Amino acid sequence: MTTTRIIAEPGVPFIDLTREFAAPRDVLFRAHTDPQLLVQWLGPRRLTMRVDRFELRDGGTWRYTHRDTDGTEYGFHGVFHGTPSPEGILQTFEFEGAPGHVSLDSLTFEEREARTLVRIHSVYQSVEARDAMIQSGMEGGLNEGYARLDELVAHLAPVA
Amino acid sequence: MDQLSTVFGALADPTRRAILARLTDRDLTVAEIAAPFTVSQPAISRHLKVLEGAGLISRSRRATARPSHLEAEPLRAATTWLARYQAFWDESHDRLDALLTAMQEGRITP
Repeated sequence: MTTTRIIAEPGVPFIDLTREFAAPRDVLFRAHTDPQLLVQWLGPRRLTMRVDRFELRDGGTWRYTHRDTDGTEYGFHGVFHGTPSPEGILQTFEFEGAPGHVSLDSLTFEEREARTLVRIHSVYQSVEARDAMIQSGMEGGLNEGYARLDELVAHLAPVA
Repeated sequence: MDQLSTVFGALADPTRRAILARLTDRDLTVAEIAAPFTVSQPAISRHLKVLEGAGLISRSRRATARPSHLEAEPLRAATTWLARYQAFWDESHDRLDALLTAMQEGRITP
């Protein structure tokens, strides 16, 4: 079972995410850049995603919204830097609910033996901005039910 | 610094995480906490001070041994903090997994 690893170290304004998929990287690239495919996976199922713009070129802009079951819309937009390719995508990312807090996200796709490791390195303008982004959980109201203390305690590995 | 940053700063150290893990069973005095560690008792005391400052433990003012007590709430806040973000990506990537399978089986054409 593959899982998404997210690392947010204290004191530095980065979020690092890694996840391996059982597909070659050109397939991963398509799933990340074809709006018709993107809306089928990005975000929890209960949010309806709509892509308004997705100009896949150096300097091209993108914008999408996630609509919650109660009708609330969350907008996100940014700009591609460099031409997006199966090697990677470099883009700015801004949540319209927190204007001005722009992060720089680099996505890379590393293929090994028909599997692909996706890495996302996000750079925020400050630790506070990063923490606020994480606090929002991407957008408000995501299920917090399973955050349990005993899970964390299980990860508190004793030192020898 | 906000409380969450203080909590994460306190959790960044492996010895402090090990101390917290030991306190999940019961309250312990400094001497009891220090026993299994190679570091000195004053060093453990300094770690306890950091944990107390972050609100992760409380220490009794009455008993002279001042046993340390694990405070669950800041830890809960710290796990919830990342859990919502994690949940977003877990669900997205599970959906992506299913989509990639469909794409490779030719059920979705370009």
